[in-house]
Amino acid sequence: MDLVIVDYKAGNVQSVQFALERLGVQASLSCDFETIKAADKVIFPGVGEASSAMAQLRARNLDKLLPTLEQPFFGVCLGMQLLCEHSEEGDTDLLGIIPLPVKRFETDLKVPHMGWNQLEKLQSPLFEGIAEGEYAYYVHSYYVPLSEYTIAQTSYPEPFSAALHYKNFYAAQFHPEKSGPAGSQILKNFLAL
Amino acid sequence: MLTKRIIPCLDIKNGRTVKGIRFENIRDAGDPVELAKWYAEQGADELVFLDITATNEERKTFAELVRDIARHIDIPFTVGGGISAVADVEVLLQAGADKVSINSAAIRNPQLVQDLARRFGSQCVTVAIDTKYTEATGWKVYARAGTVETEHATVDWAKNVVELGAGEILLTSMNNDGTKAGFALDITKAVSEAVSVPVIASGGAGTMQHFADAFQEAHADAALAASLFHFRELDIPDLKAYLKTEGIAVRI
Repeated sequence: MDLVIVDYKAGNVQSVQFALERLGVQASLSCDFETIKAADKVIFPGVGEASSAMAQLRARNLDKLLPTLEQPFFGVCLGMQLLCEHSEEGDTDLLGIIPLPVKRFETDLKVPHMGWNQLEKLQSPLFEGIAEGEYAYYVHSYYVPLSEYTIAQTSYPEPFSAALHYKNFYAAQFHPEKSGPAGSQILKNFLAL
Repeated sequence: MLTKRIIPCLDIKNGRTVKGIRFENIRDAGDPVELAKWYAEQGADELVFLDITATNEERKTFAELVRDIARHIDIPFTVGGGISAVADVEVLLQAGADKVSINSAAIRNPQLVQDLARRFGSQCVTVAIDTKYTEATGWKVYARAGTVETEHATVDWAKNVVELGAGEILLTSMNNDGTKAGFALDITKAVSEAVSVPVIASGGAGTMQHFADAFQEAHADAALAASLFHFRELDIPDLKAYLKTEGIAVRI
């Protein structure tokens, strides 16, 4: 299988690549339009700030390419948020693939939402073999509200989208590459889609 | 529910863990990767690696080690020690670290905190604060591994670095460190209530009750310990089971 991790200098692509390596899968890193387009599956990581990540994507013309992809695609953390319409972070227009907003946590709880929290209402082959209430690792200050595309939720303190599925696009707000054996299983499930 | 984090801290010198670590079931307890894997299996929620070497040459070894750790463990980790520039951080994050911890450099050059937050995002910028209480000064921030007193009052400094973009505070009480008499609950609580970001309590853990106090009384989001775990005076599964019976949310 030809697996490509989108490398646009706005994310810890290394951690995702290592996590796949632990599953015995070699993934290549690329920001090249044709390479990404030709891949069997694409993983789109991301950490950091939304507007600078969008700038990095635009600089590589990836803002035009990514919405046209048809193969199974997995956005992780900021990579999930970037798939949405608009973010309150830096008042940023995103890729606009999934018609959902990205909002900042308005809570008395600590922000960023940082640490291990539970996955609930799992409803996707992405979570095959994952128990309700399983823990996943999160670090983020912005979130996607619940929607018809939500395939798992987490509460902080209100429930938000832990994962999304829209057409061929899957996405997780948590970091499967840092979520222990459960995270590895979720990556494995994506590879099996 | 978001759980409280238990964080073992490993001091690294020349690519090896320091302090006489007692692990009968690990081939080489001086190997940070072996030890990190063991802690991950034990249920550690994160790990912190502090590079206590001094020279630039040795730092290169550290970056290679960070890459090796990232390759082998599947939980998040923070690295710190001697970071003084954006370029240092870039190397460590690219090697696979999730967060970096900066301490003296933030005191020397507070702008660095802002630069790092803008460049890499607040979520990967932990500011470590070494603090000490004296009757004369109250709680003050200390620089250079706790050797130099600064002008900064601890709560004010914590608020300041969060304003600049720190995404987390690692607060070590020098009065408590090594005493095993418990975390410094008063200053931990004061900092935790003063800032909007998570606070890691550090220094003084000796019993399971101390961790419960850090979470329940001082409202810490995470608690860090080193020798207590390394010498197996306390094992993480037992600690977490205890915290759960105390009604504290932990990942088991």
